[in-house]
Amino acid sequence: MDALFGSLFANVDWYEIWLATLDTLLMLGGSLLFTILLGLPLGVLLFLSGPRQLFENRPLYAALAFVVNVLRSLPFIILLIVMIPFTVLLTGTSLGVAGAIPPLVVGAAPFFARLVETALREVDRGIIEATQAMGATTRQIIFSALLPEARPGIIAAITVTAITLVSYTAMAGVVGAGGLGDLAIRFGYQRFQTDVMVVTVVLLLVLVQLLQSAGDRLVTHFSRK
Amino acid sequence: MIEFQQVHKTYRVAGRDVPALQPTDLRIAAGEVFGLIGHSGAGKSTLLRLINRLEEPSGGRILVDGEDVTALDADGLRRFRQRVGMIFQHFNLLMSKTVADNVAMPLRLAGQLSRGEIDARVARLLDRVGLRDHARKYPAQLSGGQKQRVGIARALATEPGILLCDEATSALDPQTTASVLQLLAEINRELRLTIVLITHEMDVIRRVCDRVAVMDGGAIVEQGPVTEVFLHPKHPTTQRFVLEDEALDEGEMHEDFAHVPGRILRLTFQGEGTYQPLLGTVARETGVDFSILSGRIDRIKDTPYGQLTLALTGGDLEAALARFDRADVHVEVLR
Repeated sequence: MDALFGSLFANVDWYEIWLATLDTLLMLGGSLLFTILLGLPLGVLLFLSGPRQLFENRPLYAALAFVVNVLRSLPFIILLIVMIPFTVLLTGTSLGVAGAIPPLVVGAAPFFARLVETALREVDRGIIEATQAMGATTRQIIFSALLPEARPGIIAAITVTAITLVSYTAMAGVVGAGGLGDLAIRFGYQRFQTDVMVVTVVLLLVLVQLLQSAGDRLVTHFSRK
Repeated sequence: MIEFQQVHKTYRVAGRDVPALQPTDLRIAAGEVFGLIGHSGAGKSTLLRLINRLEEPSGGRILVDGEDVTALDADGLRRFRQRVGMIFQHFNLLMSKTVADNVAMPLRLAGQLSRGEIDARVARLLDRVGLRDHARKYPAQLSGGQKQRVGIARALATEPGILLCDEATSALDPQTTASVLQLLAEINRELRLTIVLITHEMDVIRRVCDRVAVMDGGAIVEQGPVTEVFLHPKHPTTQRFVLEDEALDEGEMHEDFAHVPGRILRLTFQGEGTYQPLLGTVARETGVDFSILSGRIDRIKDTPYGQLTLALTGGDLEAALARFDRADVHVEVLR
């Protein structure tokens, strides 16, 4: 059995795989954190300044929407390369986990912000009106009504964004970010080591499945409908 | 007291001004239940929302207990809103919060009471609306009537002097409507709370309101005590509402009675007179014969009333009319 396993995965260095998996998880965790920190306020701002909303502001909404749309229309692989000078400025390197996080965040935050905006639009206008009628401040309307009511939608948005980030981390491997995607390209693709390719693909698949089912569970937990 | 002085509201839609409320004067006395009835688009919802400035007036002044609400700054408006409760057609409860947390919300936002005081008041309010056992449930687990009770408890949390009801029973079935209206009437009596409600159902007005204003085309077309407006409607819109409520068609009725001999009268009684044996007395004294063609004996809030359509034959008709008049019965000669 051991012999069979050994010969089937002859090229696989399991320690290398472990390190790559760790890198992928670090990139995912770090970029997800900053994506949420940046994208959530941006999404709230998009929502509030949008047409017929609480703080309708056409110029602001148009400007935000323009930036978001530009960033979202850039293919991620291009963004990775365009971002290099900025990334070096920010982290001192364009390589490794640290070098991957800025382009990942810039790639994912606008996408996440749009999802947050959509989730907030799902909140019944009547609930906002009722909260206003209680004499709530703007901050209270956002934190006591809007965000709690949109929580299942926002969690679903975080899940989708995390899964998108998994595929972005794999692409980041191309510019030397490390991780499972890097392994797949360097060994699986460039050296025709199909076994390495299979292992990395299976690991990425497991990661995506785990993220999705964890997200679904949380959404169910927080949905009171 | 709520007082409107030449208040009007115009919306700007696609570059054009659309009037929602014509310049309106209105006085709502403290402690009364005031109803606004009108079809959708009549301006009643706008008028209601002007009171707590969910809608900004385009002009005019709104005074509440002498204070000019239209002049309040953002901070003053928030404090004012904490003294005005509001309930909604679709309840507008937060789905993500429990019943108790929904009721506590206005108190937490106001931030004046301690956690213990809030808990105690929430328990008392839930008790008052009969939902003590549902405190830890989420709104989605409740029926429509229960949700509106939560809405009422929430609206009363800050012990407001005014309660605004926006079509509060329109999404409920008739039985639930009756119980929610009864709760509103009790609250009005116990707390001496001013209630302003809007509805498109005459029945809601009849059950709980002291006074009513009928709205049409962004203006109040008729107003007065409910008994007066309901029993003697003058404006065509009011007459339509009354007929809708009674589910009868005046024209059809006249055709039905075409073959009935004699004079046809409509008598309207109200108050204690409703229960007097007047018809028999008049028949004996004046020799007229009567047959009842249609009728209704009911209550408007706490006032009993009756409305009968009679055919009178024989005897001394003039004396009978005079006798009705003396007994304070309103007589309309239909034919």
